[in-house]
This record gives sequence, structure tokens and C-alpha cells, in this order.
Amino acid sequence: MGEPILHVEGVHAFIGKHHILQGVSFEAREGQITVLLGRNGAGKTTSLRTIMGLVPPSQGSIRFKGEAIARLKPFEIARKGIGFVPEDRGLFNLLTVEENFRVAMLREDEMTRKRLEMIFEIFPDLQRFWKAKAGILSGGQKQMLAIARPLINPNELLLVDEPSKGLAPIVVEHLIEALHKLQAHTVVILVEQNFYMASRLGTHFYLFDDGRTVHRGPMEELLHDEEMKKKYLGISKTSSGGIQE
Amino acid sequence: MRPSSRPWLAKWIVVGIFLLPLLFIGLKTYITLTVSGLAMGMLFFLVASGFSLIFGFLSVLNLAHGALFAWGAYIGFTSFSLINRWTGWGGSESFLLNMAIFLSALIFSGLLVGLLGILTERLVIRPVYGSHLFQIFITVGAMIVLEELIRVVWGPDDEVMPVPLKFIGSLDLFDVVLSKYPLVAIGLGSAIYLAIHLILKKTRIGTIVRAGVENPEMVQVMGHNIYRYFTGVFAVGSALAAIGGGMWATFVKSIHPAMGGEVIVFALIVAIIGGLGSMTGSVIGALMVGLSYNYVAYLVPKGALGITMLLLVVILLVRPTGLFPEGT
Repeated sequence: MGEPILHVEGVHAFIGKHHILQGVSFEAREGQITVLLGRNGAGKTTSLRTIMGLVPPSQGSIRFKGEAIARLKPFEIARKGIGFVPEDRGLFNLLTVEENFRVAMLREDEMTRKRLEMIFEIFPDLQRFWKAKAGILSGGQKQMLAIARPLINPNELLLVDEPSKGLAPIVVEHLIEALHKLQAHTVVILVEQNFYMASRLGTHFYLFDDGRTVHRGPMEELLHDEEMKKKYLGISKTSSGGIQE
Repeated sequence: MRPSSRPWLAKWIVVGIFLLPLLFIGLKTYITLTVSGLAMGMLFFLVASGFSLIFGFLSVLNLAHGALFAWGAYIGFTSFSLINRWTGWGGSESFLLNMAIFLSALIFSGLLVGLLGILTERLVIRPVYGSHLFQIFITVGAMIVLEELIRVVWGPDDEVMPVPLKFIGSLDLFDVVLSKYPLVAIGLGSAIYLAIHLILKKTRIGTIVRAGVENPEMVQVMGHNIYRYFTGVFAVGSALAAIGGGMWATFVKSIHPAMGGEVIVFALIVAIIGGLGSMTGSVIGALMVGLSYNYVAYLVPKGALGITMLLLVVILLVRPTGLFPEGT
């Protein structure tokens, strides 16, 4: 197994006076979809925001392709090749779909055109609504746009925060399909509360509890460990879909 | 029903401001007042648009904006006087030469105050991003310092603003008396609005700025150095204030160090009526304030400022987020 593309080690971070991350360690490798799991407030979203430089880490190291990025500014981190899809999708609702891509596009060349073709193949709706304002898209289409937007650049890592939030089950299925296709183009780290989606997509998992990573392993392992699911995710044996607290 | 879900009422208020005065004022006077109101509105737009754009993009309530407006008027005054002493274009019979000296003074003023804006953003505003309370304190401080610096450089007394020869007086069109300078101000103001509008809508930088008004954090995580854009928008906003200052001074034919404080109140009202961060909102809001001020100043002179406040109250009741809350 080669070097991880992202290596997070012993990261601590504060939001105001609150000590949110109290020792988070995880990594992501080529060809994997790494899922960060845990109850609300466990530190999953803050971990993604810390990688992007939006929350400064107080200690620990974050390395992307072997390079320390923990002290860089968010725009410098993004330029290294990390795309971010926040929980609220971060769309520019008053801008058209095209303009949303235009803001995301850091360079415009032949490769960009090819990537756009790839994006249209995976998310055909975006081509149909190319000139429409992002604000008028359906919830599912908005999420597709949010995920597709960073792909316009040659990003090697994509951080996606709760993409299934607020979406109907059928749309979640489409999203799972699209994210599977993305695996060929970029490494994905996914924060997800919907255990069904996490289990369908994830190849590896990290369990978060009270700002720490407490367990890790292949997704297969978690699927069969009822004790761990109950303890850290509050999922009862009978539940088949989302998390039941 | 939520107040913000009544956009039709806001539209009727706009139409009412245009047409209602016709019931009380004769047509010829109405046209004269309308031209004057539109000119005043365009000048308010220049001040308010920069203020609004800075608030929308940087989320900074820049109370020093009025002082930058005053600096614009003073630099416009000095550069006009210097160029005129050198070329004599201000007193020329040629409208084109008059326009050339006027535009040169405005451009010079815009550039210098744009630089002053960059310094203000870097030294004063940057340390207080994200804290509105500190922004209010520090921008009020900057306003006082900038105003006192005017007194140091130009002295405490009022100065008479030179006006190009062909901008003085009025035209008589079919018995309707129209002052010349307001027509120039309307034309120039419209051209500046159109230029800003095109830059924001058609260029990549404009698109990034519009995106930044909506979600600056996201612009940053897309690889754009947001602080460079912050500085750029602050410089453009300051330059717009300066051009507004130069044009306002030519309108009222005088300048004094505290002139910014008077106009910033109107800029704030216009920006709030239009929707903070919106260019189209700024132009519509500015024209509403300019027109209503002129009509009421003719009918009930003492009620002119009152009608502006009333307009603000009514708009806030009908559309609490302003006429165009949806951004630029």
C-alpha cells in the first residue's frame, strides 16, 4: 500500500473557547472512499473545515501528498488540489450553474473542457440547467452541482460533508451512483449521518466520538459489528436505513 | 403574510414616488424637479454603491466612507484648479474641453482616493474583519482622522468649487427649464452604473465578486485569495465615493471638511433601501431618495429630509431586507 494522499495526525482545534477536536487522526488513500462517522457534535465537520484551513488547528499535523498544509490559508490549500463540499452545499444561488463553475475554475484550458464533459456525463442535469440560476434547482440537483463544482479543477481529494442531508431516498440513490463514478477521478472523504449511504459508498471508516477518532477499519468490519454501531452511532439492530438514536 | 413577501407593494411605492407629485405640481416644474432629482439620485448612487458593495462583499460597515467622499471632493477641487491653471480648459467655450478637465479631475480623484482606500483597508479594516462592533469604532476613528487631515492639508474653511463654463446655467427646452450640470451628472452617473453592471455581470472578476457577496468563505475554499479581492473592492468602493464627492461638490459648488458626514447618512439610507450589497438596489434606492427629496423640497421645503426618513421606514416595513436583497 502506497503513501496516503492525506494524513491527519493528532489534530486539536478550538472554535472560540470550545475544544472541538481533541486528537483526531485519519488518512485517505488512492482508490478509497473514506467515511467519517459519529454522532452529531463528534467533530466530523470541524475536521473537514480544519483540513481546508477554515478552522486553524492548535496542534497536530495535516499532510497532503507529503506536504504540511496545516498552516496554509484556505485558498492556498484549495490550490494544492483539495475540493470541499460543505454541509450547506455552499452554492452561489444567485449565479447560474455556468457561473458557479466559472468561479470554481482556476484555469481554463483543454483539460478543463474535458473535465466538464466528464462532469456532464456523471451529472447530465447540470448541462440541462447550465444557464439557470442555482437557486431554482431541486435539492438533488443542487447537491449534484455542489459536488461537481470542485471537479472542474484537477483536484485529487474531495471532502464532502453530509451530501444526503434533506434529500429523498430516490435522490440519495442517484447520489450514491454518482459518487461511485467519481471514485475513478478523485479520492473522496465523506462525512455522512445516513448510515445506509455511508455503508454503500465507504471502503474504510473512522469513528468519531467527543472530538477523537476512536475506531478505524474497512467498512465491512463495521457493518457486522452491532455493538460498535450501537455504542457510537446509536443504530439499533432492527434499523435498516438512517441512524436511530 | 411576512412583510418581505410583498414585492408588489414596493413596486407601487416606486411608481407612486414618480407619479404622485404630478397631482400637486405643474408639468413643466415637475420635469425640472425630476431632472434635478435624478441628478441628485445619481450622485447618491455613486456614494451608496461603494458603501453597499463594501458591506455586501467584506461585511464591513465603513463609516469612514463619507470622509473618503470628502477627500474625493477636495482632490477633485485641487486637480481641477491645477489643470485649469495649466490649460485653461475650465473656462473654455468648448463643451468637450470642459468635459475633459472635469473627467480628468474626477479620474485623478478616483485614483488617489482608491489608493487611500487600499491603505485604509490594509491598516485599519483588516485587523477587525468579522467584528462589527470594532469596525464601527475603528471606522469612526478613521473618519475623524481623515476629516482632520483635510483641515491640515486644505485648511478649515469652505472653498468654492470651480465649475466648467458650459456646465453653468440652464437650457430652455419647449419652455421647460433644465439646469445643465444635472444633465451631465445623470449621463455620467448612468455610464458609471452601466460600467459597474457590465463588469459585475460579464467579467470573471465580477462573477467572483458577486459570488463573494453571497458566500465569501466558499470563494476562498475555491482557491481565490479573498483578501486581494477585499482590497480591490474596497479600493473601487472608495474611488466611487471620490467620484461622487467630486461630482457632488460641482453640484453644490462648495466644499468643506465635514461634507462627508452629511452625505454618508443618505448613502446609508440608500444602501438600506436598495438592499445592502446590491448595485441595482443602490441605483433604484438612490433615485427614489433623490426624486422624493426634490419634490418634497419644492412642496414643503422643511419636510425634505423627513420624506427620506419616511421612505426608509416604509420600505423597511414592506421589505425589511431592502428592495433587492438578493445581491448585486
